Amino acid sequence: MSTTSRGDWPLYEVFVRGKRGLNHVHVGSLRAADDEMALLHARDLYTRRNEGVSIWAVRSDTIAASAPDEKDPFFAPSGDKVYRHPTFYDIPDDVPHI
Amino acid sequence: MTDEDLHVDGEDDLYVDGDGARWAFGTGFTDPLHGVDQSVPDGVDAEDLAACCLALGDDALVSAQRLAEWCTRAPELEEELALANIGLDLLGQARLLYARAGRADGTGRGEDAYAYFRYPEDFRNVRLAELPGGDFAFTVARLLVLSVWRLAVCEALAAAPDPVLAAIAAKSAKELAYHSRWAAEWTVRLGDGTGESAGRMRAALDALAPWLDELLTDRAAARQGADPAAVAARTRLELFHVLADAGLDRSDDVSPLETPAPPVPGSGRNGRHTPHLAPLLAELQSVARAHPDASW
Amino acid sequence: MQETEETEGTDVKEAPASMNMSVFEDTIARDQRIEPRDWMPVAYRATLVRQIAQHAHSEAIGMQPEGEWITRAPSLRRKAILFAKVQDEAGHGLYLYSAAETLGADRTDLTERLIDGSQKYSSIFNYPTRTFADVGVIGWFVDGAAICNQVPLCRTSYGPYGRAMVRVCKEESFHQRQGYELLLTMMRGTDEQRVMVQEAVDRWWWPSLMMFGPPDDDSPNSARSMAWRIKRHSNDVLRQRFVDMTVPQARKLGVTLPDPGLRWNEERGHHDFSAPDWDELKRVVSGDGPCNSERLARRRAAHEEGAWVRRAAAAHAARRTARLREGRAA
Repeated sequence: MSTTSRGDWPLYEVFVRGKRGLNHVHVGSLRAADDEMALLHARDLYTRRNEGVSIWAVRSDTIAASAPDEKDPFFAPSGDKVYRHPTFYDIPDDVPHI
Repeated sequence: MTDEDLHVDGEDDLYVDGDGARWAFGTGFTDPLHGVDQSVPDGVDAEDLAACCLALGDDALVSAQRLAEWCTRAPELEEELALANIGLDLLGQARLLYARAGRADGTGRGEDAYAYFRYPEDFRNVRLAELPGGDFAFTVARLLVLSVWRLAVCEALAAAPDPVLAAIAAKSAKELAYHSRWAAEWTVRLGDGTGESAGRMRAALDALAPWLDELLTDRAAARQGADPAAVAARTRLELFHVLADAGLDRSDDVSPLETPAPPVPGSGRNGRHTPHLAPLLAELQSVARAHPDASW
Repeated sequence: MQETEETEGTDVKEAPASMNMSVFEDTIARDQRIEPRDWMPVAYRATLVRQIAQHAHSEAIGMQPEGEWITRAPSLRRKAILFAKVQDEAGHGLYLYSAAETLGADRTDLTERLIDGSQKYSSIFNYPTRTFADVGVIGWFVDGAAICNQVPLCRTSYGPYGRAMVRVCKEESFHQRQGYELLLTMMRGTDEQRVMVQEAVDRWWWPSLMMFGPPDDDSPNSARSMAWRIKRHSNDVLRQRFVDMTVPQARKLGVTLPDPGLRWNEERGHHDFSAPDWDELKRVVSGDGPCNSERLARRRAAHEEGAWVRRAAAAHAARRTARLREGRAA
């Protein structure tokens, strides 16, 4: 049976901003027939305990994702750039507020 | 029981994501009546205030009971959540309104006295709320009508002279805005969906039409700040827009809800109900009445 | 989907299987999580789909025994609590179906396999709820047992499953507490209520012990699930943990657990207890419990009666997309 004839709803990924100042974080997925329904479902499913101030719902089939075996070309080049990390810098203990 | 009971040998950390929340993710739950003076202000007719709270409380309780009947029967699991959320909101509104009624009518009765120990003829809900469940289209259509109308009432009551009723109405209005959005979106989906869904929506609207007049002429909140004519006008306009979006309007500019059946005379506001209320209440009250001395 | 090697990772260029396997095993050994697009053995995927689906089905079916009491709850406070609790169960079902879908399973297929009887759900939900005390005992025993099972699953090796479990566990601590609190209140009520509570405890105790599954020496798939860190503790370990946790709670409540063999074993540092009737578990799992047909019939009816709604929403969405496209083209 085709998915259309049985009326399957597409999958959406849901991202919730927990509070102001934070990024939207992926919380899970749900099924919805359209974007409006996805938002209302996301509200009911993922924020019924006051968990969020903002929701994104994105059709799962529109997300571009890096493949796991591309891990090295994607992420290894940043592995040796330790100078991007604050702990790279040796600051004497008696320097305040840094 | 304590946290330790959940972690008998202490090796499993429930909170592996480390956000430290004790129960769930959210915080900031608020009491809508926090800091609001509970005494009935001078110049407010306490008897009328009590009657208003009782009428709106009964509408909410009876509606919540009908929504609870959907539990485990919804067309999709996501809609279980939506229907339950709406039911819980309405149940919460009923509880606040009963508490206010008990204070205003001087009896000091609690919410359960109103819900469980009155007879059908003592209930003051509109009859639209008590009509039997029907299919999903009927539930959507009824919720659309009730929530659009109740939203208009509550937005007006947010400026009621009684600060408690005003606070309850302001809280309710936010919830009802969501309910009416949910119902409006579904009305459009079903109206514009398949031949079957449009047919079911039309049948639901036809079934509801005779009961609409009771809402549009209701005066239960009139003396607390909700002008019946303004409420009726807003309700009509809003319904007209939604039904037009859904392709469920008629060519003659008349809302399908106002024809073809004439209004059914009488009003639940006077305690004259359809035969459907008594069995609803019998079920709702069955356990409480079987054990009148029990504590729950 | 069928539980085959067909996966969402098939677009990935295949590395030699042995290399994939060693990366997979190494990830597990380092107690790192496997994520959806990672290579994984076919049997690992199949085991997870089966387990997560069964878990999701249990949440969905598990709404029924308590859901029957929402309309009859004896106070508005209890009505709100129970309504919210049963709603949570629908939510938990969705978190879990969502985790299963990351493995390439399709929720509609899973639902169809539930209602045609080819996938199982927890046998506990095939027992009837007879009084309102059952609502309390289900919260205390059934949710208590579920928490014992699920807390370790927060650290299961498959990432999405573990994350779903974190949400579920946090929410279920409310479920267990509301049940216990209801029972405490009832025990302080009338004699009739105390009898109701004890009677419900007597009926639910043995089925609750069975929730942990057959004894370890009769649980053929356990060893592999443990090796893959899908499961982190054996059935018997979790069952013991539940008993040890529940005994002092029962004492505090003032009820008797219906097992004459139940006593503290100083040497083991655990309670000894009698074995449940495993033949009963087999009967209920194979479909012969008191409510199996009723539960499945209800789920099937909701699914079938909802079909026109789901179709209508899909048709509206398709038509709207087409209209938008025409609008853009014009």
